[in-house]
Amino acid sequence: MSSQNDQSNKFSTTRRKLLMGIAALPAVPLLASAGLFSTPAMAQAPATSAVNTTGLAVTDTEVTVGILHSVTGTMAISETGSVQAEKLAIDQINAMGGVLGRKIKFIQEDGASDWPTFAEKAKKLLVNDKVAAIMGCWTSASRKAVLPVVEQYNGMLYYPTFYEGLEQSKNVIYTGQEATQQILAGLDWVAKTKNGKTFYLIGSDYIWPRTSMKIARKHIEGHLKDSSVVGEEYFPLGHTQFNSVINKIKLKKPDVIYAAVVGGSNVAFYKQLKAAGIDLNKQTLLTISVTEDEIDGIGGENIAGAYSSMKYFQSLDNPNNKEFVAAFKKMWGEKTVIGDVTQAAYLGPWLWKMTVEKAGSFDIDKIAAASAGIEFNKAPEGYVKIHDNHHLWSKARIGLALPDGQFKVVYETPDLIEPDPFPKGYQ
Amino acid sequence: MFADYSLAELGSIFVMQGFAGLILFSVFVLMALGLAIIFGQMGVINMAHGEFMILGAYVTYFTSQFFLNYLPGLFGAYFFLAMILAFFAAGALGMAVEWLMIRRLYKRPLDTLLATWGLSLILQQLYRSVFGPREVGVELPSWMMGSISVTDTIEVQINGLFVMGLTIVITVAVALLMYKSAWGKQVRAVVQNRVMAGAVGIDTEKVDRYTFGLGCGIAGVAGSAFTMIGSTGPTSGQLYIVDTFLVVVFGGAQSLLGTIASAFTISQAQSTMEFFLSGSMAKVLTLLGVVIILMLRPQGLFVIKVRR
Repeated sequence: MSSQNDQSNKFSTTRRKLLMGIAALPAVPLLASAGLFSTPAMAQAPATSAVNTTGLAVTDTEVTVGILHSVTGTMAISETGSVQAEKLAIDQINAMGGVLGRKIKFIQEDGASDWPTFAEKAKKLLVNDKVAAIMGCWTSASRKAVLPVVEQYNGMLYYPTFYEGLEQSKNVIYTGQEATQQILAGLDWVAKTKNGKTFYLIGSDYIWPRTSMKIARKHIEGHLKDSSVVGEEYFPLGHTQFNSVINKIKLKKPDVIYAAVVGGSNVAFYKQLKAAGIDLNKQTLLTISVTEDEIDGIGGENIAGAYSSMKYFQSLDNPNNKEFVAAFKKMWGEKTVIGDVTQAAYLGPWLWKMTVEKAGSFDIDKIAAASAGIEFNKAPEGYVKIHDNHHLWSKARIGLALPDGQFKVVYETPDLIEPDPFPKGYQ
Repeated sequence: MFADYSLAELGSIFVMQGFAGLILFSVFVLMALGLAIIFGQMGVINMAHGEFMILGAYVTYFTSQFFLNYLPGLFGAYFFLAMILAFFAAGALGMAVEWLMIRRLYKRPLDTLLATWGLSLILQQLYRSVFGPREVGVELPSWMMGSISVTDTIEVQINGLFVMGLTIVITVAVALLMYKSAWGKQVRAVVQNRVMAGAVGIDTEKVDRYTFGLGCGIAGVAGSAFTMIGSTGPTSGQLYIVDTFLVVVFGGAQSLLGTIASAFTISQAQSTMEFFLSGSMAKVLTLLGVVIILMLRPQGLFVIKVRR
């Protein structure tokens, strides 16, 4: 494993500093629950003219933000959780006194799973409603549609989904993982603990799985010892018949099936794997596209035994997360599950609030400049920090799927992983 | 790609691959049958076919929940009841839709395309509002999961066998109904000449309504069966609609035999190509093949003369 550490050595000094930073705050959860965040907000609210010089929708008592997700159309399945998390965060922030003494009011728009609609609604939020920030988008396609709009009208977008990377904007904060944060640690783990040498890559046919698999393949072939990719397959979105590829997998007998199948195909894939007699307790399967949300549809009994590589699982055992899960269930019902992206969406309003308070202003340019270095100690995933490149430092975790639809966390990276949206040697 | 394998291994792979093709064939027939009846016999292009299937899937989900909570002892058998309920639920919805909407559009067949597409959107949003936007997981009785090991290397999926059996039963039932029963004779009479059929005393409106209901009911059963292999959510029906139309149009709209033949051709082609090529390429080549054949034979594989 010598070669794979070259890359991490480069960052080790920063990591060490960061670790010291964490160590210096041993009572983080305590402080947090004692109202760490409320201090600036409770101070005398500054005058609107001072904190809002560009004509955003900020009054003496209120500030307006936009929520832009699909609540209709095919993506509603995935984006519902994000909307719920963002509303919860806004509620909690308001209960603590709001941002710079102003309550957050939100305007929700429906992207309707249609990318031009996303762009149009983003423009409406920025131009007509003059929102101070947008929490929104889910698929890369919707983000790509909204990006030119937030750049042209100088807005601020908090984007929650783990995605393929290869993007960075002054006007976007990416609260999910970029591809290397999600993929590399998981592959290292499976190579080491499961002795995985041969990999079968299978994904849906669009940009995210293809970019992710490209990175995975480079890592497997270039950085893992004696490892190889024995198959790589993509299926059209919505594909529901996997028997042929399952036969192929049986023939190739890979040590690890590495999966990034999404949407309805995901459900079909795991049901048919199980029906074909592939026991995931014996056949190692590592996925980057299954969270608790997806298991709802797949059925816990169909996927039990698989491993998922994420940064957050609902079962994470830390005080922040316990509080978050309890609050989430209180607001949205006992049966609701919380997946990786839902948690990342929850970070958006909090990070924005802290950035505004650090900048002392709602002005977009000042927020964009103040974002780097913002730390959130109360994140359900533990601790996150915004990098200069507007992505988050975060840990990678491996969860083992249990029959009840939850994950058992079996591994987490000891350090936060530096976001690297343009990874050298992986493109 | 086969160099490293023993003859026995290859043999079993070919057997399983053949079986995979047969499962795909059954799935295609099952999803296309309802549409073939509606499209073939009535000339209505039902874009909401997938949504009728998903209604069946939701009925299955609720039946499973009911049995889990109230009759756990009989859980192993709930699936049969669920399929019957799915048939009647989807059939009843189909008849209501026919009465409210479709019957006003018989003289404008192309408009049914738009109207049923609108219906599909309405139904999707209805499912989303009523059942929630998230997918639901339908729990299956344990005897329907897993596979039977025929030999050490050949494994046969139980749910595949189940779908195949179901397809045969439904196909035979539909064939008997259409070609042996008095009602089937009436349906065929209406298809051949609506005015004349009416003149000899056939209640054509009633025949239309039941035909549409039958097609939708079969879609409901298909949806119920597909909870074993696919997802159940408000938009899951969209996953099947393209393949369904492909099968029906390729087979020749008026012919049930054509539907079966085309399902067989497409499924075998796709399943074989998926094995030797990648998933996306297989789909592209299948579609390309279908396009070329339809260019040569615009009426589809099998043609029956119908008075227009």
